Amino acid sequence: MSRYVARRLLQMIPVFIGSTFLIFFMVYALGDPVAALFGDKAPDPATAARIRQDLYLDQPLWKQYLHYMGQVFAGNFGTAFNGQPVTELMGSAFPVTLRLTIVAIVFEVVIGIALGVLSGLRRGRPVDTTVLLLTLVVVSVPTFVSGYVLQYLIGVKWRLASPSVSPEATFGELLLPGVVLALTSLAYVTRLTRTSLAENARADYLRTALAKGLPRHRIVLRHLLRNSLIPVVTFIGADIGALMGGAIVTERIFNIRGVGFQLYQGILRQNSPTVVGFVTILVIVFLLANLLVDLLYAVLDPRIRYA
Amino acid sequence: MENTALLEVRDLRVEFRTREGVAKAVNGVSCTVHAGQTLAVLGESGSGKSVTAQAVMGILDSPPGFVTGGQVLFQGRDLLTMGEEQRRRLRGAKLAMIFQDALSALNPVMTVGAQLAEMYQVHRGMSGKEARARAVQLMDRVRIPAAKERVNDYPHQFSGGMRQRIMIAMALALEPDLIIADEPTTALDVTVQAQVMDLLAELRREFNMGLILITHDLGVVADVADRIAVMYAGRIVETAPVHQLYEAPAHPYTRGLLDSIPRLDRKGQRLHAIKGLPPSLTAIPPGCPFNPRCPRAQDICRTDRPPLFPVAAGRTSACHFWKDTLDAR
Amino acid sequence: MPEPEQREVIGSGSGGAMSMASGEAESLKGGPLPGSADSGKARSLWSDAWHDLRRNPVFVVSALVIVFLVLIAVWPSLIASGNPLQCDLARAQDGPRPGHPFGFDAQGCDVYTRTVYGARASITVGVCATTGAALLGSVLGGLAGYYGGWWDGLLSRLADVFFGIPIILGGLVFLSVVTGASIWPVVGFIVLLGWPQIARIARSAVVTAKQHDYVQAARALGAGDARMLLRHIAPNAVAPVIVVATIALGTYIALEATLSFIGVGLRPPTVSWGIDISNASTLIRNSPHMLLWPAGALSLTVLAFIMLGDAVRDALDPKLR
Repeated sequence: MSRYVARRLLQMIPVFIGSTFLIFFMVYALGDPVAALFGDKAPDPATAARIRQDLYLDQPLWKQYLHYMGQVFAGNFGTAFNGQPVTELMGSAFPVTLRLTIVAIVFEVVIGIALGVLSGLRRGRPVDTTVLLLTLVVVSVPTFVSGYVLQYLIGVKWRLASPSVSPEATFGELLLPGVVLALTSLAYVTRLTRTSLAENARADYLRTALAKGLPRHRIVLRHLLRNSLIPVVTFIGADIGALMGGAIVTERIFNIRGVGFQLYQGILRQNSPTVVGFVTILVIVFLLANLLVDLLYAVLDPRIRYA
Repeated sequence: MENTALLEVRDLRVEFRTREGVAKAVNGVSCTVHAGQTLAVLGESGSGKSVTAQAVMGILDSPPGFVTGGQVLFQGRDLLTMGEEQRRRLRGAKLAMIFQDALSALNPVMTVGAQLAEMYQVHRGMSGKEARARAVQLMDRVRIPAAKERVNDYPHQFSGGMRQRIMIAMALALEPDLIIADEPTTALDVTVQAQVMDLLAELRREFNMGLILITHDLGVVADVADRIAVMYAGRIVETAPVHQLYEAPAHPYTRGLLDSIPRLDRKGQRLHAIKGLPPSLTAIPPGCPFNPRCPRAQDICRTDRPPLFPVAAGRTSACHFWKDTLDAR
Repeated sequence: MPEPEQREVIGSGSGGAMSMASGEAESLKGGPLPGSADSGKARSLWSDAWHDLRRNPVFVVSALVIVFLVLIAVWPSLIASGNPLQCDLARAQDGPRPGHPFGFDAQGCDVYTRTVYGARASITVGVCATTGAALLGSVLGGLAGYYGGWWDGLLSRLADVFFGIPIILGGLVFLSVVTGASIWPVVGFIVLLGWPQIARIARSAVVTAKQHDYVQAARALGAGDARMLLRHIAPNAVAPVIVVATIALGTYIALEATLSFIGVGLRPPTVSWGIDISNASTLIRNSPHMLLWPAGALSLTVLAFIMLGDAVRDALDPKLR
């Protein structure tokens, strides 16, 4: 087991380097961080050259990258546009996005799986058809559309929840944004659960369970669900990273000061350390979530060997 | 042999309603099994033997499968008119089933111990610990080495023969009166086949159970069965005590099956395969369903469906020309 | 004990009407020549699929919607006589009136005309990005699956790298640097992050196809790489790629709108649903109609493509039903 984990961690290293270098390349090589510092004014060539030297920008790109990563691992992510260290921004932004993601995952798990089981057990009946159609519609409506519509209806028209979120961003305030963030994934979880249930319902071992004279609830819970939920659980695990990265749209709609908000500010003001720093952390979260999924998979399905 | 019937199937009919049409999988099957007796049901795939077994067990996939007629009397009570809950209590406890492919028939994510113990927990209300201890005993019983350690292993960690022993153990757990074994050795290596078959036969004797052995393998049948029922296109076409059937089949289809077995004493001669394919169950030919492939087919076979003619005591054949078939040795 | 020959007569004996049907299908498929079995199978797969699709209402409806959308993307003037860029501030945020059924937006532009014209950008981006990603993905993934070895390993790691970047964040960074008034930066970005998904599908389809007996046989008979890939492997790998690409087309259109909404996708004067929704979003309390129409059109377009992909998958892969 520990060898398996070690091997997976080793495999993550090139992917981590590749992903962060790609982002680094886009920001530093394609953009011009120095010009951005001066805004609309044309920089004095001598000053610009000095800043370039200070920021390591006169070095080849790979050296810049190594230098940057060295700094990152020493805990120094650079300075944001307002002079704050990027790590301070992270300290305020990540907990908010994490709370938002947790709310979204909870919705995904509870409602997505419940709907999937409901329609999977009643395949071909009206409930099933309705749920399937609903999921298709939900998948088709982009988050920023459903976000505004729900914000308008629930927050403004019916006043069931606050349409915007305070800087504290408590769990209660994040319920509505959490639903918005979860919607698309929720629909996928529902469809995946249904398909998986339908596949396993035809499996031989289910017929065995029936032949053993087990009561229906036991067949469904112990045998059918236990097997059917393996792919669902792994999907949800992998979704953690995607949700955190995709929260930017939701955060913008509800004016939440999370990761997406800070990143957007960073890009708007062309502050490279903020952008690269935040994306680096998100890539790490993404990779760790995938590792978690692999391990979870091995735990849930004994047939997977730690080869 | 004259004890009360353990299982009596009367005119059982099953059909599958699919998008492509209605497949008549079982068309009026009647047979009887007595306590302590082994009935072998022989037939090609698609002859309806597995569907019959599933209908008896009450584990037919429904939809698309539906029992459309007949009776299944188990110890005198009709299983088909019984309430589902009552029937469930009989399943596993009084009549049990062994499946062909133990790897797919066992739950891949549960330990074999848990799957065995489940029988005692559900039907006998035992505690988890007690049931687990019984599971170990059971594994010992079917001669799985180091049962105590292996009880926490998963099905994929066992060899094919060991897995099939676990299937057998599961069926025997509550000492049922009737076991239906659906091709229990087909998926195994030839050497392992014999061991598993011997084990099954031995345990059957010990508990004096009735056994329905579904197979396409005439070799398996000869050693363990008392009687044979041959199925074709959802019907029983011949029933006979096992040795009489081997000596002199009374149906051309049975004859064809026997002729297609390679035998040492006929070395050098050609094997005779039955020509053609079994009929599609959505379009079973009129008259005798075997007539398109039958070497003896006459006009009457294309128009009149032969009933089961009594051939001798305890023998029947659904062939208009059973006499000729019997004599043509 | 019976010998194997007996098996051929009596069959494997798994029993049941269902296995019987499949047994028959197999015996029909088993042609005498490996090559002929191949083309016969491919032809029947497609003609079977087409037969199923024509009777599937989901397919018919979504295909009709898509044909309609493509038509107005090419000739928006068919159903909209106005000019989407000709606006009159005096009528800003006005409600519907005769000749202007959807009302006016914040700039006083006719919402109906802009909604109709918005189809062009969405469809063009969707089609171009999907074509690009499908071509790049299936060539790279196909070669990786066929040749295996270090090339396969390299490609898999490369795909992992692109998977490691959250897509909207990647777009935010990439498109804030690579800017331009045309649709090409957006298309380029979607192709860049979209190809690994197709490549994975193509790779596994090719690996599966490679193991088929008739493919092995063709190889043993000395077929060259080019012939193997084009004649034997590609026909088997096309179906899954088409299915995934159709569904991806829908999601790419949604992605373009999302990027435009954030402000890094398409930019004015391009008429795009994403931009219009973004502009309308701040005014939703007073004039919901400004958001409703472009949002509805966008959702309908995405829905049509996803449903089409669903229907095509059901037809091409009956196992998934």
